[in-house]
Amino acid sequence: MKAKESESKTYLGIPLYRPKVAFFEFSSCEGCQLQIINNENTLLDFLSLVEVVNFREAMTEKSDDYEIAFVEGSITRNDEAERLKKIRKNAKILVALGSCACFGGVNQLKNRFNNIEWVKKQVYGKHPIDTAPVRALEEVVNVDLRIYGCPIKKEEVEKIVLHVVLGKSIDIPKYPVCMECKANENICLFDLGEPCLGPITRAGCDSWCPNNNAGCWGCRGPAEDANVGYMKKIMKEKGFSEKTILERLDCFGGFAQFPELKKKGKH
Amino acid sequence: MIFRIFEKKELKNLFEILAAHNKVVGPVEIGKDKQCNPIYAFTEVSDFNSIKLDYTTTKLPAKRYFLPFHEDLSTFRIKDNNWQKTIDYNADRPLIFFGLHPCDINALNKLDKVLLHSVFPMPYYVAKRKNMFIIGIDCVPQPFCFCRSMGSDTALHGFDMFITNLGTRYFVEILTDTAYNFLKNIKTEEPKEKDHILYMKSAAERNKKFTAKVDTTDLAKILDMEFQSDVWKQWGDKCLACGTCANVCPTCYCYGVEETVDINLKSARKTKMLHSCNLIDFAEVAGGHNFRPERHSRLKYRYYHKHRGFVEAFEESLCVGCGRCGESCLAGIKVPEVIASVRGGKKR
Ligand code: SF4
Ligand code: SF4
Ligand code: SF4
Ligand code: SF4
Ligand code: SF4
Repeated sequence: MKAKESESKTYLGIPLYRPKVAFFEFSSCEGCQLQIINNENTLLDFLSLVEVVNFREAMTEKSDDYEIAFVEGSITRNDEAERLKKIRKNAKILVALGSCACFGGVNQLKNRFNNIEWVKKQVYGKHPIDTAPVRALEEVVNVDLRIYGCPIKKEEVEKIVLHVVLGKSIDIPKYPVCMECKANENICLFDLGEPCLGPITRAGCDSWCPNNNAGCWGCRGPAEDANVGYMKKIMKEKGFSEKTILERLDCFGGFAQFPELKKKGKH
Repeated sequence: MIFRIFEKKELKNLFEILAAHNKVVGPVEIGKDKQCNPIYAFTEVSDFNSIKLDYTTTKLPAKRYFLPFHEDLSTFRIKDNNWQKTIDYNADRPLIFFGLHPCDINALNKLDKVLLHSVFPMPYYVAKRKNMFIIGIDCVPQPFCFCRSMGSDTALHGFDMFITNLGTRYFVEILTDTAYNFLKNIKTEEPKEKDHILYMKSAAERNKKFTAKVDTTDLAKILDMEFQSDVWKQWGDKCLACGTCANVCPTCYCYGVEETVDINLKSARKTKMLHSCNLIDFAEVAGGHNFRPERHSRLKYRYYHKHRGFVEAFEESLCVGCGRCGESCLAGIKVPEVIASVRGGKKR
């Protein structure tokens, strides 16, 4: 998978700097990394822009000499935190890849429970393991760039990497999913009686779920000016239960900072 | 203006003639909502029977056919240190609109003022606008329609022909020679005095059906006076800043432009994307400063553009009263209510 320096690309005659990148994963399903290697049509182009020195899902060699670290997953154990700090030291740019890395992802659901021992017993029974409350990467180290999504949208990663290489600014949408959903001319799920977090969730997925007739679960976290309070009220008025609403808002951890979600479960 | 009248079954013949060589866009049913009401949309049609001429309204206007949500303004082929630019107005063939309501025709007329008759016309719009044939059709006012308040309940120009349902026959107004020539292919008659009376009766019946209203008296002035009103904050607290109101609006034309390079570095493009003044990204400028970081100020400016700024520039508002924005807004923010609250008609 390593390409030689001579294969460095040029853009309008100007040679492009080819950064060394590494991929790492913590507690996650590794689905985000899979997304990247899944894109067969553009994978070779993508790989010719960067020099991958570390990618467990696709190669066996390893190196600590990298400039950009893409880190997937959340931090659930103390040894993970130590490993992340080391990565931070090595990398010039640390990218949180996917919702687990950005805000804990599905893993953080267990944080809803006040008693971690109870959680351990429920999940692992007689075979307890070392597990602490889930933390997003930024709760442990500084994060330079966030790529949202569960999973991430490969086109977005490619665009971000390309912009890093070309020195172009990286603009990810601040507006919510509805914007993309309308452009895709979907029937609004609320018209069909289904819940959707599209109005408060950051766009960038090209309204992936509504395109497939499923309401948004907020995997990309809040849009920049998300009106979570009023959205909750709207959903209630439309007949959705508190449970349905909280289940969605809670699912990926992106909305954890909103006062509407501070309430915790009974354990 | 020339008037004719023809039997309803002749409309199908007209459709066949038009559809034989052209792309036809018409209102069709795309599903049912949870109350089992049909949901309509404008799409390309090849079968006359799939067109629902008695449609209430469509969720989205026909805007994407003349202002697409995304449109490449130019594309670039890159080779070594050179590039070749291609500009395409994306109007490769004429489009026939089969059944636009007066509000949507008036929306086009308003867009024309900015995008066609202005000092700097937008060629991408002009190319499409000049390449369309429009058949207007009368409608039954819905509870959310306030087009009459906005002077958009009838269309005086901006179409080729306009048909009105008179029971067993259609009464047709002909505005262009293209329409006149097409109509030569079907059986039409000169309307008689009794047909005129039928037409006027049907128009009067329709007028009675308008329920939603907006008081536009002195509105531009009142908006100026009430710039600091608390009501803006109250509506802003509800707004989700989702941009849906602009996306479903037949007259919103704001856009952003993005330049992207394809990952193979062999091509690039400049793409226009429709935007909305309610979005937080809208008023952000280079360097990160945002002129309207608060939802209520953005929502307010949407109303100021529609009902004040545009009125000052063109002596008419940039709203045709189609009611789409209010119907699609999950927060229930509707133009008649917002305007009434600014006028003090609603208890605050
Ligand atoms: S389906 Fe969801 S994302 Fe789409 S318009 Fe409706 S609320 Fe917005
Ligand atoms: S629609 Fe919502 S849940 Fe689905 S991919 Fe997009 S942000 Fe995630
Ligand atoms: S007014 Fe309604 S549709 Fe418009 S941005 Fe606000 S919530 Fe969305
Ligand atoms: S502002 Fe609303 S009512 Fe007015 S034209 Fe636009 S969508 Fe229709
Ligand atoms: S400023 Fe707002 S209201 Fe005016 S055209 Fe643009 S999006 Fe529509």
